[in-house]
Amino acid sequence: MKYAFRTFRKEFVDSVRERRAIASAVLLGPLFGPALFGGMFAMMLNIQIDEATEPLDVPIIGGADAINLKGHLGQRLIDVDPERFEDLAALREAVRRGDEKVGLVVDAGFADALRDGAPARVWIVVDRSNATALTALERVRAAVAEYGSTIGMQRLQLRGIDPRIARPFAVLTDDVSTPSGRSVVLLGMMTYFLLFAMMLGGLQVAIDTTAGERERGSLEPLLTLPVRRRDLVVGKVATAVAFMAVSLALGIAAFATTVQFLPLAKIGMTTNLTPAACLAIFAALVPFAILGAGLLTLVASFTRSFREAQTYTSFAMIVPPLPVLLTFLNPLQPSAPLMLVPSLSQHLLVTAIIKGQETAPEHFLLSAAATVTVGVLCTWGAVRRFRSEKLLV
Amino acid sequence: MIEIRGLAKRFGKVQALAEASFTAADGEITGLLGPNGAGKSTALRILCTILRADAGTASVDGIDTVDDPLGVRARIGVLPHNANLYANLTARENIGYYAALQGMDAEACDTAVERVVKTLGMEDIGDRRAKGFSQGQRIRVGLARALVHDPRTLILDEPTNGLDVMATRALRDVIRARRDAGCCVLLSSHVMQEVGALCDRIVILSRGRVVAAGTPDQIRAATGRDDLEDAFVQAIGQDAEATDW
Repeated sequence: MKYAFRTFRKEFVDSVRERRAIASAVLLGPLFGPALFGGMFAMMLNIQIDEATEPLDVPIIGGADAINLKGHLGQRLIDVDPERFEDLAALREAVRRGDEKVGLVVDAGFADALRDGAPARVWIVVDRSNATALTALERVRAAVAEYGSTIGMQRLQLRGIDPRIARPFAVLTDDVSTPSGRSVVLLGMMTYFLLFAMMLGGLQVAIDTTAGERERGSLEPLLTLPVRRRDLVVGKVATAVAFMAVSLALGIAAFATTVQFLPLAKIGMTTNLTPAACLAIFAALVPFAILGAGLLTLVASFTRSFREAQTYTSFAMIVPPLPVLLTFLNPLQPSAPLMLVPSLSQHLLVTAIIKGQETAPEHFLLSAAATVTVGVLCTWGAVRRFRSEKLLV
Repeated sequence: MIEIRGLAKRFGKVQALAEASFTAADGEITGLLGPNGAGKSTALRILCTILRADAGTASVDGIDTVDDPLGVRARIGVLPHNANLYANLTARENIGYYAALQGMDAEACDTAVERVVKTLGMEDIGDRRAKGFSQGQRIRVGLARALVHDPRTLILDEPTNGLDVMATRALRDVIRARRDAGCCVLLSSHVMQEVGALCDRIVILSRGRVVAAGTPDQIRAATGRDDLEDAFVQAIGQDAEATDW
């Protein structure tokens, strides 16, 4: 292993001096996630806070027949403006274009129906494919329904009936989530970004030390030295691992810093990204560097040039974090068998840490052991490749 | 001492080497001469343990390349064809990496690096990064890398390729000095004058076979030509005429 260390030392110095490798390990990988995260958070904040509390401007058609309804909506900070659209077609087109989030259409027979005690029809025009319109839709719908139920109760009272008879259920929601638990909705994506940052951090190094070395013509003389191929490969993989670990540490630090500046409390979230939690997240994720470095080195060792290596390794980049995406479709709880699935196990551990839940030490160990095993297998595959004469010819 | 016996190697449909046999003795410069595609590089790569022969054996100082590849690699210094350096490392770091992988500890590395830097007159470029080195500077550092562990056997594949006259002369001096120190030097070239000016013995390869071997005088005598180049053309026979331009 003396020679593996010497190879590592040289590859590390070489890569540190390579601007491309440093840029992707120190800047691109670690900052990409937090930047995107910050952007998405700002969007969510807009939708959840502004949309729910800011005055909402809603064009209306036929509003002259519904003075009281307009008054009620006005109390709910929903300003209805009857002048803007001549007919339904123009309003629908404006909503479709996204110029208006929602529009309100009062049926021509609204006043008559209301007087006769028949359902008076009101349409809300909305484009459900416009995600930013959904909050507005809910606000308008709730305000109209609220007004409707007020009228209904008054009608019952006028007839001497207790209005409560029309409300057989009282449905309440008991939210048992904690503020830090709710933050998982947002921070759950953090694992994906951190895994991606790691892969990006080791990518250039893995390519440079294999396909790059071959393309430059420095591989052949290297192979004539009295060093086992195993030691060469281990040294190269170790370099990529070091870069990935640095990317991971920087990525976590960038997340923890970003979160400090986001008003999470405004949407009912808190995060416990304390230094201790950050260390735990690092410990949970760092075994993945061995898998990633082994996999990238294995894939890159089968290619003949930097360009070819970039093509194939970009596939290899996408695959490992995929199990994390699975959990967006189907939330899972940490369990021993799931700890055997690399990247998924890391995600479950990190999620538990963010939630402030107790994490079982044996889960940590299982996750690390399974992930490192896959990494060692990949590295062994790369060693076999380096032993083959096809590496050069 | 290099011994090649009945070496054969095929890449797909191309028979790169077919029953090639020759030796290179200590204290001599042996030139492996042949047109492009004759099998020179393949033979040298098998000798360096990078390729495996389909048949035949190759050995250095009696050590077989298949039985003990690490033993062979420890005894040889190699300058492959078109070998390149690590552009981000200085000349000294490039050489030092090879010294470290030859098994030297830090102190021995420094001593050995300084020795070859001095021998090859590279004090001026020693601490410059290899990015931007000329072909001559690259080959000098490559040669220094090959010599840093003071090997008994030196294997050079087309070492003068792309070198100017002065650099070529300097390289020849280094090679002769190794010979005079009792080392075994095997170099390949497709340039007749190169081999004629430098080598004590010549092995002419054509289509993967040895078609002539001996001192320049012996080859001239055997082919009946006074001029070495004519002798070379005579030796490789139809191959030269069949070369498709």
